[in-house]
Order: sequence, then structure tokens, then C-alpha cells
Amino acid sequence: MTKVGGIKRTAVILTTVTLLMFGFGYALVPLYDVFCEVTGLNGKTGRISNAEASKLVVDNQRFITIQFDSNINGNLAWKLKADQNILKVNPGKFYVATYTVENMINEEIVGQAIPSVSPQIASLYFKKSDCFCFRNQVLKPGEKKKLTVRFEVDKDIPKDVESLTLSYTFFRALKDNKKAS
Amino acid sequence: MSSQTIADHDHHDHKPVGIKRWLFSTNHKDIGTMYLVFALIMFFIGGSMAMVIRAELFQPGLQFVDPQFYNSMVTVHALVMIFGAVMPAGVGLANWMIPIMIGAPDMALPRMNNMSFWILPFAFALLLGTLFIDGGGPAGGWTMYPPLVLQTGKAFPYLIFAVHFLGVSSIMGAINIIATVFNMRAPGMTLMRLPLFVWTWVITAFLLIASMPVLAGAVTMLLTDKYFGTSFFNAAGGGDPVLFQHIFWFFGHPEVYILILPAFGIISQIIPTFARKPLFGYASMVYATASIAILSFFVWAHHMFTVGLPITGELFFMYATMLIAVPTGVKVFNWVATMWKGAMTFEAPMLFAIAFVILFTIGGFSGLMLGITPVDFQYHDTYFVVAHFHYVLLTGAVFALMASAYYWLPKWTGYMYDEKLAKIHFWLSAIASNVLFFPQHFLGLAGMPRRIPDYSVQFADFNMISSLGGFAYGISQLLFVYIVIKCVLGGKKATSQVWEGARGLEWTLSSPPPFHSFTKPPKVTKALMDY
Amino acid sequence: MYLNEWMKNFLFKLVFVVSAFFFLSPDILHAEWGLNMTQGVTPISQDVYNMHMTTLYVVTVIGILVFGVMFWSIFHHRKSKGVKPSKFSHSTSVEVIWTLIPFIIIVSLAIPATKLLARMDDTSESSITVKATGYQWKWKYDYINEDVTIYSNMAEDSVEASQRNSGIDPKATDNYLRNTDTALVLPVGKKIRILTTANDVIHAWWVPDLGWKRDAIPGFINDNWTIINKEGVYRGQCAELCGKGHGYMPIVVKAVPEKEYTAWIEGTKLALKSKNASSDKDFTMDELRAKGEGVYKANCLACHQANGQGIKGVFPAIDGSPLANLKENIPAHIHQVIYGKGVMPAFGEQLSDTDIASVVTFVRNNWGNKTGHIIQPKDVVAARKK
Repeated sequence: MTKVGGIKRTAVILTTVTLLMFGFGYALVPLYDVFCEVTGLNGKTGRISNAEASKLVVDNQRFITIQFDSNINGNLAWKLKADQNILKVNPGKFYVATYTVENMINEEIVGQAIPSVSPQIASLYFKKSDCFCFRNQVLKPGEKKKLTVRFEVDKDIPKDVESLTLSYTFFRALKDNKKAS
Repeated sequence: MSSQTIADHDHHDHKPVGIKRWLFSTNHKDIGTMYLVFALIMFFIGGSMAMVIRAELFQPGLQFVDPQFYNSMVTVHALVMIFGAVMPAGVGLANWMIPIMIGAPDMALPRMNNMSFWILPFAFALLLGTLFIDGGGPAGGWTMYPPLVLQTGKAFPYLIFAVHFLGVSSIMGAINIIATVFNMRAPGMTLMRLPLFVWTWVITAFLLIASMPVLAGAVTMLLTDKYFGTSFFNAAGGGDPVLFQHIFWFFGHPEVYILILPAFGIISQIIPTFARKPLFGYASMVYATASIAILSFFVWAHHMFTVGLPITGELFFMYATMLIAVPTGVKVFNWVATMWKGAMTFEAPMLFAIAFVILFTIGGFSGLMLGITPVDFQYHDTYFVVAHFHYVLLTGAVFALMASAYYWLPKWTGYMYDEKLAKIHFWLSAIASNVLFFPQHFLGLAGMPRRIPDYSVQFADFNMISSLGGFAYGISQLLFVYIVIKCVLGGKKATSQVWEGARGLEWTLSSPPPFHSFTKPPKVTKALMDY
Repeated sequence: MYLNEWMKNFLFKLVFVVSAFFFLSPDILHAEWGLNMTQGVTPISQDVYNMHMTTLYVVTVIGILVFGVMFWSIFHHRKSKGVKPSKFSHSTSVEVIWTLIPFIIIVSLAIPATKLLARMDDTSESSITVKATGYQWKWKYDYINEDVTIYSNMAEDSVEASQRNSGIDPKATDNYLRNTDTALVLPVGKKIRILTTANDVIHAWWVPDLGWKRDAIPGFINDNWTIINKEGVYRGQCAELCGKGHGYMPIVVKAVPEKEYTAWIEGTKLALKSKNASSDKDFTMDELRAKGEGVYKANCLACHQANGQGIKGVFPAIDGSPLANLKENIPAHIHQVIYGKGVMPAFGEQLSDTDIASVVTFVRNNWGNKTGHIIQPKDVVAARKK
């Protein structure tokens, strides 16, 4: 038996659900970020606030080896190199590592560094109080620059993690892209 | 009912004529027919792309097409087959059969029905048109992973808008189906008396409504990333290319069930008919279908085991994926139990249905193997995967569609099809498709990646066998077209019931059914479905 | 005749495959025809193979049982035999049983799979770290801590044979499409951590004999590990669609004893240092063109094509282009090869000054480009400084 009012209601409800699901697709973006922060998925590293930093306890017994790695994305005409290949660190203590970046061409370029830590699980415990990746980097034609990152490795890092790799990839920053095109 | 409509009914079956009948049609049967014809045309367009692929892979070395064009064949073949052939065929069947299976006069929203069909030709004109512009069609795979898809040239916006249109069309179809089933059932047609084809379609429609908008969102993000400076998937702006894969497969895994659930429904109609025995475990079939649908939203990352997920994530998605084998197994066991102690005959629909049960199960077996994460690191993105999804989609979904076509053709046209030719069509299809896809398991295990235009010589022999099977399969489908045309033009008159073992409302109507069916709702009793 | 030979082969294999089906034994399946997954050369690849075989056996047995019942029914319960159909339509106990049994089977498969996955995940205590970076369409390998970087392109004879209608028989080509100009050299018996990342789009690094593949994603590093037990050459290729050259980025791993590996690292360091030593030397046009042709094939041909015409709407033509013809564009031309432009990658890291000088000279004096311009390595040195 045809229920005319029912058809209208069903159609309205389902259309609403459709729109909500479209919104849900977009909601997945922030949800994913939260999920990554919790699980360490995608290897992005965390920040540490001053308040947290003051509460750190140093574990002098344990050493973790940090490997420093660098990449350039696409054909960005920069050279990026870590000034130290490895660093042995105590959990809970702050260290400063440096990179040298050089603009190889006759053009001002804005770049953005993206960090990645491997193994993934370690990224949860790798925390930075300051990093050149927190902001865009502008390099004048031919400019050479020292970049610093100040970090600590949390003492709760799982026992089987003896070494980790910290990698930075410089991308051409989006703002600069617009200017160029 | 007013006297006016009764008077109308007396004139009987007057319908609009000529092009207007089709262009402005709001009749569920006409729209169903258009969907089915459109799907068949797309099946041949997508199929001819598959022929190009198999011709290029016939021998090692590059003979016919350039790698870029090869990639766009791979991409467009998938899009055409999924969104142009299998989904519209399913919607076409739903349009034709659901109203007459539940005793309704038409679909709930007939004008929307017309619109949702006519969007399709435009969407595919956009998509297929890109093959002829500078830079060629989309070539980044139907999965459209960034950053690769962002390298697409002029075809890019056409691809995105085509996907949008296809999404809108299928969502409108889904809304219509749910509205029809929920509001237009004949008295006595309770939910647990619904034919399984209707049940599987209702569940499919919910899957569509829940997943297609997410795909629309994902491709919109691609569009704004490319042209409007957003960075959803651009690492430089704080985005993540892997995020796209998560969103895509959140849609993509339900999507594969959108393709296969109506097939489950079809098989559940056909096997009882030709076994002359009620479907075994009706209720568990409904629950199994529903649980497959729900689980499909929790397994998406099994398509992405190699992207580098945390081990807890990999374990979760492995367990959830393996769990799907349980309800799927229940369905297969129920079909076998339906045949058990029946009185079977083997007309073309039954042959296709039996082949479906076997070959779909083989595809399910390889699916279980693929679900095991540590081993998937070897299988992933090889021909083993290609073999797997063609077993479930071609010898699965498409075989079920072929079965349904033979099953209902006499009802649609009023004539019996040529059984002898149909059996030949079946045997050619069944043999050719196995020659085509079985060796691809070996190729994948031996290390041949998918989506490559040329391969190392150790893969030569199985590729040649596979290509020969492909050509044979392609040619034998022409026979299907001949059988359908022959049946439309005439033949032995079909009775209302058509098949001795057929039960249900659709078989109480004349063959073909009147233009307006069930203007007066029939009374549904348990006896109607009984054997 | 190729087809005749093939027919013989085909019949043989058909018989073989059918019999393999009936006597599913790992020995038959693992024969030299590449029917089955490789057992590989690492502890993990062996475990992966075993897990694969276990699952294959389980599903085969299930298949035989289910299809057996079905075919028994098909042969006996047919109308032509005059049977009357029974009317049963459900049985709760049977339905519960065939829900539970698959569940138990799945749990028993999931347990070993979980253990294996945990073993694969453990990259600790590795002695060497190598980073594989995917490029459209080649691999770069960095031996981290060693300051050694090598680029690995598809071997030149494969490039030539893989051109459309090249007329070269792939069978006559050494490891067609699976050979590189530079192999990744690794020591046997050591735990090696392999990081993967990419420069442009997503790639996937896969050598079947090592037992896994892993995506290479721009901006992210993934890690995996391996211990190669057996000396040898192991081949694989990119496994994630990465554009038109996806089928043409092979991976060759050469596993050697540790001593040989150390010697190779030292030798490569020296070779890298001397790469630009000849920068102040001048070459003749013929020398540059001859060398440039090889560089072109390995690095430029995939996009700009053998005829220098590119692909309309995707990759621009070099033949007849102002950049490769006008004298005032020579610095810009060299600059573009070194630093790239738009989708064109930068070659400055990978190619020596001599390589760049030769390839620029080559394209300026080939096809319809008849400029007569000669570019020397010192011009490239000058351009790098800009």
C-alpha cells in the first residue's frame, strides 16, 4: 500500500543522511590528525610545552641512537644536510641538532620542512621544543643557513627502540607556489 | 481509488510513444530497460579497453599502445566497469523488479528515477571524452591516489566532475529504492517476506548512501588541492597523501559490496527456483548480508597494508577482514544447502548461478589469503590481486547479472530466450573467464606487479594464456547480445510463471507485465511463496 | 615460428597446471615456471611463504569439501532422476555449526599471522641502514652513515628493447626490464634496515626474495628490515602505479660477503669523488654526442621520447624547441637540466658535469636541432654556481 507521506519523509531523511556523510568525509580530516597523534601513524613528531619540559626526568642509564636524514622534494633547488650523522641521547634530556640548507639558484624560495620519524612508534616519544619545521624558511638567492631543532626523547619510549631515524623533507611552500605560477 | 483511474485502466496500457517515451519516462520498467541497455553498452566499452590491455600484454615488449595510454586504459576500464556497467545493471534490475516483487505500482519517486538515469550518459561522455583530448584520459588508476592523480593534465576536472555525477546518480537511485521498499509494499508483504533480491538491494542502497558522499568529499578535496591551494593531501601544507587513501577506501570497500550484494540477492532468487525448494536459512541470509555490510566499514585499511600502518592498526584490520569470511561462508553454505535434496534442472540462469557459487568462492578464498597482513606484503599490488577481484567481480557479479538476465528475460519480453544458445554462451564464458583469470594468480605469486604495460620475459607464457582467454571471453559476449535481441524480437511465448519452480509476486503478472503493474495492491500470503 | 614453440609449451604447461591442481604439492608448485610465491632468501620470506602455503592448503581443503557436497547434490538431486524435492528450509543447529567452524579456522590462521607480523615489525639491532628513494622513474639509494649515494636506472639495453615496436626481442635482452645500471649492494648475514621514501609520487619498493614490499611516500619514511642469507642477485620492481614509467623502474639487489661489501663501499666513495675530476677537460663534439646519447636514453627518453617530440599535452618536445636551439638559451638550458622545472626533475645531483655537458650537446645537435653548439663540462660548472 503506497504511503505518500512516508515516501516524502524517507526521501528527506535519506537526503539529510547523504549530506551528513558528505560532511563526514571532511570530518575525517581532523579525525585523522587526532588518530595520528594518538597512534603515531604517519610518523609526525610532537611538540612539547615549557610546562611539560620542566617536569622531565633524565634517564642517564639508557642511550638511544638518533640518525639524522634529509630529503628534498621534487626539484626544489636546495641542498639539505645534517651536520651530525648520529647522536647518542639520554631520554628526558634536551639536545640541539643542526642542519645546513643552501639555496642553489638565483631566486628567492620559500620552503617548508616536514618531519618524519621511523620506526613509527618512536614518533610518539620524540618531542621538540623548537624546530625549523615549525615555520616556513625563506632563502635568498645562494643563501646558506644553519637550521636548528631542539628535542628530547621521552623516557617512556618502548625498551626495544634503541635507535630511531629523524628525517626532514623540504617542500616548496605552497604560498611560494602561488607566486611562481 | 477514484473512478477516473479505473476508467484509465480500462483503456489499458496506453503509453507515450517514440523518443518521448524514453526521454521523459517515469515508468519503472522503461527506466529499468534503459539502465540495462546502458550497462550492456558500457560493458562492451569497458570490455574493449580490457581487450586493448590484453592485446598489449599478449607478448613481452611494447607493440600497440604507449605506456601513458595503457595506464589510462587501466584507469578508465575500471571506472567504466564499476560505475558504468555493474552498478547501473544492478540499479536497472532493481527498477524493473523491485516494484513488481513487492506489489507496488511503480517506484516511489518516478521523476527522480528518470533524472538519475539520464545523468549517467552525460557523466560518461565527460569521462570518455577525455581520452580524445591532449594529454589523454586520466591515467592514475581508478583509485586516484595523490600526488600522482594531481599530475593529470586537462582530463583532471572532467574526471572529478564525472565522479560527482556518478555519485549523485547512484545516491538518487538508492534513495528511490529505500523509499519504495519502505513505503510501497503490498499488504501482507512483511519485511521478513521480502524476496532476498529486494533485501540485498535495500542493504546495498544504505551502503551507497553512506559511502558515495564520502567519495564525493574525497574527490572534491583533490579538486581544491589542485586548483584552489588547499592542502588536504599535500605534505607541504600540513596534509598527508595517505589520508586520501583512508578516505577513498572508506568509500571503496563498501563500494565492492555495493557491486556484489545485489548479486547475492539474484543468486538467492535463482537457486531455489531451479532446485524447486525454498531458500535455506532465509533469516540467516538477511542477517549475513547485513553483517557483511556493517563489517565493510571497518576493513578499509586492508587495501593499504603496505603504506606503513602501526602494527596495532594492521592487526585490527586483518582480524576484521578475516571476520568477513564468516557471514560470507554462511551464504555459500546456505546456497549449497538449498540445492541439497532439491529437484534441480540446469537452465542457463541456474548454470550461471552455480558457476557464481564456485567462482565467487574461489575469489573469496584468495580474499582471505590477501587479508592476512604479513603475506599481503607479498601479494599486494600484484596480479594475484587482479585475479582475486576479477574472480569476485567478473565471475562473481557479472555472472550473477548474466544469470539474472536469462532468468527474467522471459518476464521482460514475453518470449523465451534460445536456451541452446544461452547454454553455449554459458560454457564459453565459464571456460574463457577461467583461462583468462586463473593464470593471473600464478603471475602475481611469481612477482608480476599490476598496472604495468610490459613485463619481464618469465611472465610471458601465462600472460599469453590469459590474453587468449580474454579474447575468447570478449568475443563470446557478442553471443549474449544476439540472444537478447533474438528474444526481444520473438520466440516461444512465455507463461506468467515462466519457470516451474518460480515463486513470488512477479510471477503472478503476465509476461511481459502490463505497463502499469499492480495499480491495485495484491494481497500477499505465506502460501504465495510456498513450495 | 614463435607460436609453434609456444603451443608445445602451452600444452605442456596446461597438463602441468591441471596435475598441480590434483596433487597440490609444494614441490610441484614451486617448480621453475614461477607458479608459486618464492621462498626467498631471508628468514622472513621463508615464514611468509609458509604462512601462504598454510592458508592455501586450508582454503583448498574447504573448497574440496564444499564443492564436493555441491557436486554430489548436482549429480544426485536432479529432476531428471525423478527425485521429489524436499521442503526443509532451515536448521538452527546446522546454521550455528557452520558459523562457528569458519570462525575457529580463522582464529587458528590469525594466531600465526599475528606472530609473524610482530617479527616483521622489529627493526631494532640493525647494523646497516639504507634509504631507497623513489623517483619518476628510478631509485636512489643512500647508505646512511656512509655518505654514499647511488642512482639506479633501468639498464640501457632494456630501455632500447622496451621502446614501442623496437624490433628487439625481449628474450634476447639481459633480464629484460629487471636489470639496472647500478645495483644495490648489500652484505649477507647482516641485519639491514631499509627506509623507503619518495621524491614526487608514491612508489613501492619490492624485491620478492626479501619477502615484503613497502610504499615509498613523499615526505614520510617507512622502515623495514631484512637479513639476506644467500649470496646472489635478487630482482624486483616498483609495485605502486607511479605514472607512465611505472613498469620501468627495476630494483636489483646484489648480496655479497661482508668483505666484498666493505670494499665496494670504499670503491664507490672514491668513484663519487672523482666523478667531477674531468670537469676542466674539453671534449670534441663527437665525444660529447656519443656520451650524451647514453645519458639521454637513461634519463630523458622516458618523457621526451626517442624522437625528441615528447608527448603532446604532457611532456614538451625538445626537437625544435627554442630552449634547445637558441644560442642565448644555453645557460637556461643547462640550468634546467641541473635544477629541473615544473614536473621535470633536477638532474644536478645525479649527473656529473661531463654527463650534463654531453646530454645538452646531444639534444642541441640531434633530430632537427642542428645548432652546432658545443657545451663543455666547465660551462656546467659555471651554471651550477648560479
